[in-house]
Amino acid sequence: MPVHQKNDLLRFTPKGIYCEQADVYIDPWRPVDKALITHGHADHSRWGHKSYLATESAAPVIQYRLGKINIQTIAYGKKISINGVDFSFHPAGHIIGSAQIRVAYKGEVWVASGDYKLENDGISEAFESVKCHTFITESTFGLPIYDWKPQQEIFADINAWWRTNASLGKVTFITGYSLGKAQRILNGLDHSIGKIYTHSAVENINEVIRQQGVSLPSTNRIHKDIPSKDFESNLVLAPPGALNSSWMKKFKPISIGIASGWMALRGARRRRAAERGFVLSDHVDWKDLNTVIKATEAERVIVTHGYTKVYTQYLKEQGLQAEAAQTEFTGENLEGENIPSIDNSTTPNQ
Amino acid sequence: MKRFAQLFAQLDQTTKTLKKVEHLVSYLNEADDDDKLWTIAILSHRRPKRTVKTSLLRIWASEIANVPLWLFEESYHVVGDLAETIALMIPAKTQQHTKRLTDWINIIKALDKKDEDYKKAVVLDAWSGMDYNERFVFNKLITGGFRIGVSQKLMMRAIAQYEGQEENAMAHRLMGNWTPDTITYDELIRSENPLDDISKPYPFYLAYSVESEPSELGEISEWLLERKWDGIRGQVIIRENQVFVWSRGEELVTDKFPEYHSLGLDLPNGTVIDGEILPFADGKPLTFNVLQTRIGRKNITKKILQSAPVILMCYDLLEHDGKDIRNLPLRERRKLLVQLLKDHDTKGICQLSEGVAVENWDAAAVERSRSRSLMSEGLMIKRLDSEYKIGRKKGDWWKWKIDPLTIDAIMLYAQSGHGRRANLFTDYTFAVWDGENLVPFTKAYSGLTDKEFNEITKWVRKNTKEKFGPVRSVNPELVFEIAFEGINASKRHKSGISLRFPRMVRWRRDKPAKEANTLNDLKKMLELYG
Repeated sequence: MPVHQKNDLLRFTPKGIYCEQADVYIDPWRPVDKALITHGHADHSRWGHKSYLATESAAPVIQYRLGKINIQTIAYGKKISINGVDFSFHPAGHIIGSAQIRVAYKGEVWVASGDYKLENDGISEAFESVKCHTFITESTFGLPIYDWKPQQEIFADINAWWRTNASLGKVTFITGYSLGKAQRILNGLDHSIGKIYTHSAVENINEVIRQQGVSLPSTNRIHKDIPSKDFESNLVLAPPGALNSSWMKKFKPISIGIASGWMALRGARRRRAAERGFVLSDHVDWKDLNTVIKATEAERVIVTHGYTKVYTQYLKEQGLQAEAAQTEFTGENLEGENIPSIDNSTTPNQ
Repeated sequence: MKRFAQLFAQLDQTTKTLKKVEHLVSYLNEADDDDKLWTIAILSHRRPKRTVKTSLLRIWASEIANVPLWLFEESYHVVGDLAETIALMIPAKTQQHTKRLTDWINIIKALDKKDEDYKKAVVLDAWSGMDYNERFVFNKLITGGFRIGVSQKLMMRAIAQYEGQEENAMAHRLMGNWTPDTITYDELIRSENPLDDISKPYPFYLAYSVESEPSELGEISEWLLERKWDGIRGQVIIRENQVFVWSRGEELVTDKFPEYHSLGLDLPNGTVIDGEILPFADGKPLTFNVLQTRIGRKNITKKILQSAPVILMCYDLLEHDGKDIRNLPLRERRKLLVQLLKDHDTKGICQLSEGVAVENWDAAAVERSRSRSLMSEGLMIKRLDSEYKIGRKKGDWWKWKIDPLTIDAIMLYAQSGHGRRANLFTDYTFAVWDGENLVPFTKAYSGLTDKEFNEITKWVRKNTKEKFGPVRSVNPELVFEIAFEGINASKRHKSGISLRFPRMVRWRRDKPAKEANTLNDLKKMLELYG
């Protein structure tokens, strides 16, 4: 259901979210000339555009992932004017450098929020509410069954689990996205329990982020010369794709945990046969989603990836003008970092 | 309740049997006798019955979650489990209840026949004082559908370990007609005379399928071969002039089979026979379908007794002259069974399941191939020296079933599963060609790997034509080989046939949809095997 209204400041086109007046795209999924990027996750920041604009703290990871690109940076809150349209980037709290992009033209204000969360994780710049007329939102966890606990509680659970494993000489193996979730977990771990080992995909991102001047706890990159027994009682942090890989087999005895919003559902937990599922997400849950939308004071809401249909219907009942839009964003998924989600919904966005 | 909810979460978090037993034993160590007894009851499927309609629970939950009912239902489709949906959605607790499992069950039982307002007040109060795990368990109890991933075997092992007793003795004690209302933990597990209950059956001995060529079992003369009859496995008990009939599902079904009531007069007290409840007329078995018309009926009318009569096809004798003879070798038990049936006229109700006399395994294979024409499912192979064991055990008893019938069919509808398979498309409806049209004829939900289910789920998302609630119609492209045990005419189905135990055996990626089988192929099978 593409959203096409002729006068719209931002339109959903086959290439991405388009601002015709300024001739720029936001998080486009097909190659374009000018791309404004909300954050560095692969479904928002893609290869092949002629020029990129992102926040100063998002740029290093984007450059690391996409190689040689033509990228400019902008500070949070600073305005840039393109053909009369004012653009500014505001913290989205999703991962380091993540932004909501505010678009203003002749008194009309739109915000494309990318992915976001309200809880301050200590690494991402904390979410700031931006008032607007039209708000473009994700709905990855846009159902009332998703209700996150404070992260301190989750980290207490993770650390207790690690402590138990350590006392049994087991390797604690936990997965989370290499960009964002991994650093958040790192920050929440109790380093007095043991050593933290990292998968290369995680450590590569850690290095980029450390170079930005962000201090992360010390970690040990895993390589093939480390004898297996060194991992005993310690923790291994890996991306979701490493689950059940042959790489994982060298960690024995092992206890496996998965950190993801999807772990809220028993079916998803049990299907993956992980011993522990930790409900930790870099997206908003139901109550925060509704809080954010209310705070924007938007009259019109366009819902992208997630439970778009259902959530749109709900917003309409709340008296808002709401519509669903088709994009190629994937939200949080359990299988890898840039493939379409399997668990996303029984009502995908179409 | 907290401790029981914790046990549930622990059992849910591990797939390792050793761990599960460990968790159960430490629970038994901590729980009091009432809670122990109820836990055993729940784990052995003796759950309290449902006292509140789920439709009410849905309404109350959506009310206090401040969510419209349609959104509750949408969420339920995603979660795939009602108890879990409610537990996830309702507001955080405002107090902490400290009642035991037993107390909550009594509260739930007491709701029966109370008015709606009263029920609502009790349920809302319960929810307001429980954390997520407690709520989930409470909802499972109140909706009456509690299943925990622990086999009977594991539970027995844990109790035996905790009590310092033998597993088999425990297994026998747990059989029968008890509920926590009629017995205490001490009486059930520790009393001197567990057989005070004259209806108590013995645990069934179950066979595995042969793993390779039966000829590898050695000398055929050491084995008894029997037909595998297609009815309901049952145990008939005659004690103190009363008759008790148990099905393999440990259900007391005496009332459903009045044919057996005369056995109380015709057979001596202290007799327990293991056999097949078999529909039978004019000297031969009828199809299982006939028996199915009787199952589930409240009233067994004369008409049913005439159209679907049953006999007891006797396999084994477990109690003789009031003595448990399960540890005698099969050849001895068999002799006693033959003698018993010779000495007592049961007017055709009890018939001996005759041995299939063959000289060698090749001849056995020939006999097996005759199974379908004799209305049998294959052969049973039992070691003549075997004692009567408990549960499914390898080594002495084997089943050698005939190969299933198969047909290649096209997936027409897909629906997401429940529990472990929630939000994966795992339940499919299949069709065959009837000229240019596709006629649905069966559903199936097992037989594929998780990997295949994942792949098909992605495919279904991309190939959905229409949605009807949780069901989707899909482009008719994927072909699967469906195996089944039997085929019958059916007036209820559009295709005119119904299958027994349909399941997917293979995803035929090599086959285009137009090469799937036809309704005519099915009709031919019906003529041959129906």
